[in-house]
Amino acid sequence: MRLLLRPELAAVAGAVLVWALFAALAGSAFVSGAGTTAWLNASAPLGILAVAVALLMIAGEFDLSVGSMIGAAGMCLMLLTGHFGWGFWPAVLLTVAFSLAVGLGNGLLVVRTGLPSFIVTLATLFVLRGLTIGTSRLLTGRTQIGGIREVECYESARVLFASTPVGSVRAAVLWWLGCGAVGIWLLRRTVFGNWIFATGGDPEAARNTGVPVTRVKVTLFGVTALAACLVAVIQAVQFGGADALRGQMFEFRAIIAVVIGGTLLTGGYGSVLGAVLGALIFGMVQQGLVITGVDADWFQVFLGVMLLVAVVVNHYTRTRLVGAR
Amino acid sequence: MNGGDSHHGRAHGPGPGPDDSRAPGPVPSGARPESSAARPLLAAESLSRRFGGVVALEDVSLEVRTGAVTCVLGDNGAGKSTLIRILSGVYPPSGGRILLEGGEVRFRSPREARAYGIATVHQNLGVIPLMSVWRNFVLGAEPTRGWGPTRRLDRKAARRTAADELARMGIHLRDMEQPVGVLSGGERQSLAIARALHQGARVLILDEPTAALGVRQSELVLEHVGRARDRGAAVILITHNPAHALRAGDRFVVLTRGRVAALRERGRTDEGELKELMGGVGGRVETQKG
Repeated sequence: MRLLLRPELAAVAGAVLVWALFAALAGSAFVSGAGTTAWLNASAPLGILAVAVALLMIAGEFDLSVGSMIGAAGMCLMLLTGHFGWGFWPAVLLTVAFSLAVGLGNGLLVVRTGLPSFIVTLATLFVLRGLTIGTSRLLTGRTQIGGIREVECYESARVLFASTPVGSVRAAVLWWLGCGAVGIWLLRRTVFGNWIFATGGDPEAARNTGVPVTRVKVTLFGVTALAACLVAVIQAVQFGGADALRGQMFEFRAIIAVVIGGTLLTGGYGSVLGAVLGALIFGMVQQGLVITGVDADWFQVFLGVMLLVAVVVNHYTRTRLVGAR
Repeated sequence: MNGGDSHHGRAHGPGPGPDDSRAPGPVPSGARPESSAARPLLAAESLSRRFGGVVALEDVSLEVRTGAVTCVLGDNGAGKSTLIRILSGVYPPSGGRILLEGGEVRFRSPREARAYGIATVHQNLGVIPLMSVWRNFVLGAEPTRGWGPTRRLDRKAARRTAADELARMGIHLRDMEQPVGVLSGGERQSLAIARALHQGARVLILDEPTAALGVRQSELVLEHVGRARDRGAAVILITHNPAHALRAGDRFVVLTRGRVAALRERGRTDEGELKELMGGVGGRVETQKG
């Protein structure tokens, strides 16, 4: 009975269902070691992002700028290394600082203005993307910068961000699982996690009880930007450079993965494990369609349907929890 | 959307009729601690508050004693909310002062008031429907274990504390994991009271705890108000319902149009008189409608 109330239940069922579906359709190409590796690798970048976005959404806020943040952070890293000749690690350090500043800026903008984060971060989505394209073109005349392999300390970067430590499973998958574990622990086992639930559940009541609602929100905007930064660094090392357009649509994919994972769009209720599974479902469908030879056009149809089903299920769960209100 | 809670429909509020039959006897209680000596725990001295040119509160004095329930009665607009907000630190008074154990105190925020042991249970309760009973109970004062980066929520202790403290208030819930949203209005109110006491409230301000509740749920809450008093809290019960005040209260302060209209002791007043006082001497009908 209590199990039925867990937010990630639908995601577990969905993941099993999707896996079984493609296992039946594609057979060993999907369930084999190589097949499994393929969909794990495909899920990882989104998975990293979804963990942070889940925490933010449970606290009752959206961040639509994460996709642009991936592009901006990647470009920041490559401009510093490729264009200005910095070593890899100092460049990463500054990129992290830059991302954190953008994230905290988003958060402060949201809490100071009291405007919906949906609108505020929709604005930063465009500003950030525009700045990324504009700046890279201004400095280098291009919107793609390669050549990370020539950067100082590239080898240590490759080991950490783009190696394949287990078979052909990429380092990104380990980062994803690590972030997931930390996220689950943070949400369910720490005082801060309790504050996240309270902040999203009823900010006014939370504030009356002594929860630093503003700090919780701003911190989580920072965390989300850092997750985007991590994805950007991984992809830059993996793909050998940056593209100003990278990360487009990631904001929506992350939100969809989180919602599939059982988190309410209204906040206050949700699960990091669910978000991890939501990203996994994404990767399985993506790779599953490739393996079964179904046209990739159908991916979006599947996406939309999944989202709709998830929202309906979540709404039903919420109604069961607190009654129709 | 969470907005539903903020407008407590008066439709459930006990009308003047049904409660009249009930004898206004005291809520049953065990051995009550003697009201401690002469000095009140909290005293308000001629508080006043103006908003622009509007006088919301004028020369209101009030004494609150340990182990006693002080009821503040008044119709809408009588100044009850203004008084609570001053006492709970939401804003300072324009004039007058607050004494805690004889010493003057000034609160710059509700958090500061709470640090002095003055806790307020607002109408919206501060409980969060989607969170479990135990998570709600420890919210804002979570027990932890471990050190440094491994410092974490002590969930076992939190569950046990919640169960024990609720049982102490006479609330027995079978499952600490169930969301607060499934509890009845009275149970939620009682949970909020139990939490405030557990978190160290010496002065407990209850803002219209029965306003949105039916008869049985109101009974439950008033019973828990009695238990809070028996545990030695100084309770300030805000209400516009004289019957409820008489059920739980020891002293009665009636406010009309921002002033203290009357002070009464238990046993020296009845529902009819309190009602009349709330209407105001020569009170006009339009003030009744709020």
